[in-house]
Amino acid sequence: MIGIEHYVAVSSILFVLGVLGIFLNRKNVIVLLMAIELILLAVNINLVAFSAFLHDLTGQIFAMFVLTVAAGEAAVGLAILVIYFRGRGTIAVDDVNRMKG
Amino acid sequence: MDWSQSLRLIAPEETLSFASLVLLLIAAWGGDKAARLISVLAVAALVAAGVLVAPALCGGAMGVETYAFFGQFKADAFASFAKVLIYISAAVSIMVAPAYFDRFKAMRAEYPVLVVLAAIGMSMMVSATNLITLYIGLEMNSLAAYVLAAFLRTDGRSAEAGLKYFVLGALASGILLFGMSLTYGFAGTTSFDGISASMAHGLSHGALFGLVFVFAGLAFKISAVPFHMWTPDVYEGAPTPVTTLFATAPKVAAMALTMRVAIEAFGEQAHAWQQIVVFAALASIVIGALGAMRQSNIKRLMAYSSINNVGFMLVGLAVATPEGISAMLFYLAIYVAMSIGGFVMILMLADENGNPVEDLGKMAGLSRTRPGLALALAMIMFSLAGIPPMFGFWGKFLVFKAAVDGGMIALAALGFAASVIGAFYYLKVVKIMYFDEPADVVKGQSDIWHKLVLVGSCVVISPLGFLLTRWLGHLADTAAAALFSGL
Repeated sequence: MIGIEHYVAVSSILFVLGVLGIFLNRKNVIVLLMAIELILLAVNINLVAFSAFLHDLTGQIFAMFVLTVAAGEAAVGLAILVIYFRGRGTIAVDDVNRMKG
Repeated sequence: MDWSQSLRLIAPEETLSFASLVLLLIAAWGGDKAARLISVLAVAALVAAGVLVAPALCGGAMGVETYAFFGQFKADAFASFAKVLIYISAAVSIMVAPAYFDRFKAMRAEYPVLVVLAAIGMSMMVSATNLITLYIGLEMNSLAAYVLAAFLRTDGRSAEAGLKYFVLGALASGILLFGMSLTYGFAGTTSFDGISASMAHGLSHGALFGLVFVFAGLAFKISAVPFHMWTPDVYEGAPTPVTTLFATAPKVAAMALTMRVAIEAFGEQAHAWQQIVVFAALASIVIGALGAMRQSNIKRLMAYSSINNVGFMLVGLAVATPEGISAMLFYLAIYVAMSIGGFVMILMLADENGNPVEDLGKMAGLSRTRPGLALALAMIMFSLAGIPPMFGFWGKFLVFKAAVDGGMIALAALGFAASVIGAFYYLKVVKIMYFDEPADVVKGQSDIWHKLVLVGSCVVISPLGFLLTRWLGHLADTAAAALFSGL
């Protein structure tokens, strides 16, 4: 029987993978965008699982909002990436270092 | 509670939403030629929204009649206090922008519209009493802010700042969201009142995880240590009018949001988050001060100064008393005046070709070539350092007084000691301007709006500001009382 704890475990693993993807990734900024999506989807699994577990619709409505915002976020992120690429000619993460920090 | 009352309560947000849509249409038809007109209209809309907010602030609105849309949104005195600061900061960042962007021929019609859209998001953040409203407000603000950071498209630093802000901001939202999903799962509701009620009899492990993630995400947004790393890069890379906005309005919004979440949602389990906030406060004060010492770029220095100031504000939150919250709000108001002054000052530093001068070495001997500017910058630095008789001293005094009254004497003593480290780099700037050989680089003519804003903020932070203490203190007290009224 698959219970709530399995869902939370899966979503936690996905969340950690997403965060690691942002910090360990040394290749390319597109992978960062994918890692961010992974984090948001992990949250959605959590919300929907809790919603079903609690017999409460709020979590599913929340998940809809998260999906919508994730779409907007991806659009803005890609747009920024395009102007970055135009100026620099590369999207390698190691090259994002014009400023020290 | 009916719909018409709800719609009345969100009147400032409605005004701004309507204005931003109309301005977007004007921008679509008029193009960049209409940028000046749109800027004027955007400032007018922000002023109108500020006027609409004023009655709730002065009347000390609190309780059931401030809830809109069945507990999704709360237009109380606390939210109104933050909203007034947000609208002022947003209006200032629109007013000072044209003169700066014209130097790069980059004054676009979208800029004021994006600032107004961000202001709507920030208004929603400070009024949110539900995790969903909170998230939507936060993202409305963030999405506009990412675009603003990358606004100077031809400048490589601006695009890089936008990219860094986007990736780290999205990560912060993700962490916050994960915390909110756990909180929802273990509390069974997304409303702050419901979360508070479910935590009244103890904290499960899952809810504790949720609380920690929520505070980590919020610490990102207020740039508190250990989640401060993005701040110097973004502040340096973003165009200076945008940095003026970032240092003021979103910081006020995120700080007010943190207070509301901490007190209204997690107030029953204050001891669980107090230690997190105490750590973040002390670490921010120390790292902000130490980091600022090795900076030679004044925008990076101001970024570390803002991390340092956030630490002082968090001292007020750590106490978790109405007095502490009131001190924080007072500090926020002074901090906004100091930051606006500081960044408008940076906007006015330009060489003869109109290029920005950001290097501290090039400001050497400013007191002899531009005495007025040097005096203003010295006042701002003394105020940020909290040296009496500047008004910045009063904010720090109130925060530490609240900490001592709340029984956190060790925290107050450590913070007090660390504020001495901070004084070093503020005084270094004053020393470079007043005692070094003139570099004679700053030559540019200043815009009239820059001068007006700088004079205004300098009057507020000068000793004349103490005339405001009684009035501002009263407003901050009612706002703090409104925040605690539900408990």
